[in-house]
Amino acid sequence: MPMPASEIERMIKDGIPGAEVTIRDLAGDGDHYAARVVSASFAGMSRIRQHQAVYAALGGRVGSELHALQLETAVPNGE
Amino acid sequence: MSETETNAQSRIADIVKNNDVVLFMKGTALFPQCGFSSRAVAILDRLGATYETVDVLQDPEIRQGIKEYSDWPTVPQLYIKGEFVGGSDIMMEMYQNGELQQMVGAEA
Repeated sequence: MPMPASEIERMIKDGIPGAEVTIRDLAGDGDHYAARVVSASFAGMSRIRQHQAVYAALGGRVGSELHALQLETAVPNGE
Repeated sequence: MSETETNAQSRIADIVKNNDVVLFMKGTALFPQCGFSSRAVAILDRLGATYETVDVLQDPEIRQGIKEYSDWPTVPQLYIKGEFVGGSDIMMEMYQNGELQQMVGAEA
């Protein structure tokens, strides 16, 4: 079941307050997205932890409903 | 945890321990079955790394277990020297900034 980009953005923002979220629909099929998430809360976290925080915000949908989410995380102002 | 789950976790632990560089993926290095796995293989090949692959599509127990092992919801997953490195996005970032080359090269 594809998820609309707006829903992905809302869930990430709910889970990581203050995050700046940019979503791109890679294939135009509502099922392959790229997300860039920038949050000050990522400071001091490893990349793995940063990605896990986003996956947690998406509540287990990545890997099931949301097959393909290309993910990039960053701290504001280029770290 | 059920017996099957415990068994999967110990099998994964063995694989990760016994292979310096191992990629859990969908398909094989020659015939990846998913774009993300394909990208992960391409990165390792580009680095000239020696690596093992585990096809999770051939092994439902590992396919489920690997997600719990690393608390990571997707495949591919790369492990170097027993440590979880990340999925294909993190691999790409680390490839581009030279970190992955160091990690893979250091074990030669």
